[in-house]
Amino acid sequence: MTTADRRRTEPVLTLEDLTVVYETEHPVTAVKHADLTLHRGEILGLAGESGCGKTTLAYAINRLHRPPARIASGRITFHGDDGDIDILALEDRELRAFRWERLSMVFQGAMNALNPVTTVRAQLKDTLLAHRPRMSRKEIRERSEDVLNRVGVDPRRLGSYPHELSGGMRQRVMIAMAMLLEPQIMIMDEPTTALDVVVQRDILREIVRLRDELDFAVVFITHDLPLLLEISDRIAVMLEGEIVELEAADRLYRDARHPYTRRLLGSFPSLSGERGAFIRTGVDETTPTPTEERA
Amino acid sequence: MTSVKITDLVKDYTLRAGLTRTRLRAVDHVSLELIPGRTVALVGESGSGKSTIAKILTRMERPTSGTVDVRLDDGTAVAGARYRREVQMVFQDPFASLNPFHSIEHHIARPLRLHRRTSTNRETHERVIEMLERVNLTPAEAIATRRPHELSGGQRQRVAIARALAPGAQVLIADEPVSMLDVSIRLGVLNLLGRLQREDQLAVLYITHDLATARHFSDEIVVLYRGRVVERGPSDAVILDPHHDYTRLLALAAPDPERPGRVTSEAGVDREAIDNSRCYDHFAGAWREAGVSAAEARIDA
Amino acid sequence: MTNLKPSSEPSVADSAELLAETSTETGRRPRAGWRMLLPTMTPWLAIGLGLIIAIALFGLIGPHLVGDPRAIRDMGLTGPSAEFWLGTTQTGQDVLAQLAYATRGSLQIGVIVGLLATALSAFFGIYGAYRGRVVDEAFSLFTNVFLVIPGLPLVIVISGFVPAESRGLWTIAIVLAITSWAGSARVLRAQTLSVRNRDYVAASQVSGERPWRVIVVEILPNLLPVIASQFVFAVIAAILGEAGLSFIGLGASNSSTLGTMLFYAQNGFALSLGAWWWFIPPGLIIALFGTGLSLVNFSIDEIINPKLKNLRLHRKRARRAARLERELAQATRRNGGVPTQTAKESAR
Repeated sequence: MTTADRRRTEPVLTLEDLTVVYETEHPVTAVKHADLTLHRGEILGLAGESGCGKTTLAYAINRLHRPPARIASGRITFHGDDGDIDILALEDRELRAFRWERLSMVFQGAMNALNPVTTVRAQLKDTLLAHRPRMSRKEIRERSEDVLNRVGVDPRRLGSYPHELSGGMRQRVMIAMAMLLEPQIMIMDEPTTALDVVVQRDILREIVRLRDELDFAVVFITHDLPLLLEISDRIAVMLEGEIVELEAADRLYRDARHPYTRRLLGSFPSLSGERGAFIRTGVDETTPTPTEERA
Repeated sequence: MTSVKITDLVKDYTLRAGLTRTRLRAVDHVSLELIPGRTVALVGESGSGKSTIAKILTRMERPTSGTVDVRLDDGTAVAGARYRREVQMVFQDPFASLNPFHSIEHHIARPLRLHRRTSTNRETHERVIEMLERVNLTPAEAIATRRPHELSGGQRQRVAIARALAPGAQVLIADEPVSMLDVSIRLGVLNLLGRLQREDQLAVLYITHDLATARHFSDEIVVLYRGRVVERGPSDAVILDPHHDYTRLLALAAPDPERPGRVTSEAGVDREAIDNSRCYDHFAGAWREAGVSAAEARIDA
Repeated sequence: MTNLKPSSEPSVADSAELLAETSTETGRRPRAGWRMLLPTMTPWLAIGLGLIIAIALFGLIGPHLVGDPRAIRDMGLTGPSAEFWLGTTQTGQDVLAQLAYATRGSLQIGVIVGLLATALSAFFGIYGAYRGRVVDEAFSLFTNVFLVIPGLPLVIVISGFVPAESRGLWTIAIVLAITSWAGSARVLRAQTLSVRNRDYVAASQVSGERPWRVIVVEILPNLLPVIASQFVFAVIAAILGEAGLSFIGLGASNSSTLGTMLFYAQNGFALSLGAWWWFIPPGLIIALFGTGLSLVNFSIDEIINPKLKNLRLHRKRARRAARLERELAQATRRNGGVPTQTAKESAR
């Protein structure tokens, strides 16, 4: 067993009994008693459909959720190299230091989250200076060029404005920004949904390669289960706020236990496999889905 | 029953930036045929020209050159208001394709009245209910009075399908009809389209970027790259035995749990190196030049 | 191919959707089509409507209940009394009677100008944007020209050119209307451009609807709140504009409005003579009517942007959520981690 493999079994983040409630007129429990352990350097897929609470869960992990959402119970522990951090007990100042340093996020539609009026260089510099105020100009330049190189963007692009970059390029810059401070965890919320398939494939390849190089853990959130099956080590399936199944990717594909997981798997026709019971049988057409029943 | 024959379709857009004008060729000599009861999938990325073809087919854009020939069974050409009745479209975004202001009934009743499929209010209402039941929206009476925001994405898309079929359309253009829906209801909507197609012998153009559904849902696949057809043929042949570099790239990019671990093993292909001057035709089993008119096309056996 | 479209900017076109969603959230069944566009009753709306209705009734019914406003008596400048509730003018005319007729005159101007300006802005804004290309360019240019023409000076010049005897109510109304529609037309154009590109408009075009039907049935309802708000604003502007014109002596010659009343009060030295009953009532009516219309406009704003409506409620819930979460965090810190039953209880 190599060191990397041994480290892969050490937890880096544990969620215990996490519940998130939206305080609306009829309070909605968006995440119900979630238990989850993220190991070092692992890619954990979080699959589910719209409204299942996967984004709420991701935001709650580093307390980015906005009221009226609130964490109603539970515990989130980050296991750093220098001891455990109870995220829920952090004061605001500590929390700000914790975010991005230890745990960063790539948001849904993040490629539109870059500030359109400043250059990539300025945005990377702002992020660096906010957390490492003493960094020298030279160090900042070197670090910025280094991260861009790592995500496969030419460092000459530092002087570009976001609109001068393609969608895939902007998404890479966002990933560069998320890894700027060498966090141990990166949470990615639908990072490739708005991209073309080929570009999406390039970005995924980049993420997996970076993980292998830098050994950070990734929580990858998407509705695209086949994509998760390919890139993640383990997959958690969420349904109406609950994690209904958490299993190694290949086991989940071969031997899913929860009916909802099987249903999700069955929703994706296989590209190279048999047609199976898929199209043109007229079967399964009227089966109501959880989402439709709720509506 | 109605069929569509597109011949040598070209669409240029003029881009103005200050005083300079550049011409962008969105669609370059595309020819295809839609036959009753058969589905043709138009596959490609954004900017490949597939939406432009949809717009030309629905007469929202005029082609720069080329013809769209729509004919009934008896050989009469369809034109004018009749064209609108025969060729209908299902849009990508079910949240934007229904007017939030109007009830579901309004959306289906309008085309019925417009094309004089029904004459009295009572008849229209009965027909609306019938249409809703056909797309499995029950209880139809209750759903007819609702407004779009009260329905889920899948239900809205069913309404959009009912609306497209209401005038009695025989040719259906489905522009990414399921890409914005939740995954677990996508198959339901596609299966519904499949059933309606069988029942009405519809000619369907299925526009998508999803190769897996394109393969299973359609009879023929046409791959578009930068406005040109680069590969065409029976679905299984195109997907399982792609000849053109671009089709291969697309097929590799699509997630496929049957072949895990490909993410890191395969290097990225240089897209700039892909040329779209040649097209592989599985029907002819040969390469031919792409982007020239069908009459002049040379076939390399 | 992209799965998701970049989210378009929020605009009025989304308002119907948003409204429906917010009412769903509050648990009520959303109101159907047209009724959904009516504002919900709030104290402010009630006060606004109350003011408008009271003043409108005064203008409509008042003239039938009072005596001849022109009758001259030999009791100039007397204060309010039992006989003349609002006193008399310099020439002994009944101020209350004048006020009733003047209110009617001002309301007439306001409504006429409001309708004309709204019609102009709707035509140039919506039709131009819907047709696009050359028509849009031309209409847009035309609108911009009218936008940069300084309103008041033009009104003064036009009013000055038209001889006093033929300067009737309609002349003034048309002059005010053509100088005030351009701003609204630009706003409507922007909104129409956003609505026009929605798929439901494309869908009705594909189904073969005629252009005017697409505009009236598919686009217009989604713009109604904006148009209503613009109408209300045009009425306020027209009443104020007409008062200003009349005050400088360029108003309609054959009609009496609140502006002409102020003009005569000014000429009769009402201010320096301390005859407050002569100039305060017309001034007050203008101010109150303007207030009433503005209050109604605020309520229409809530339709255009339903988020405004739920703002207060939302803040309250957010504060509660934040407090509960702080308690949980404190409990966690105290107990060195494990959330106890009490923490959970208090969180509930």
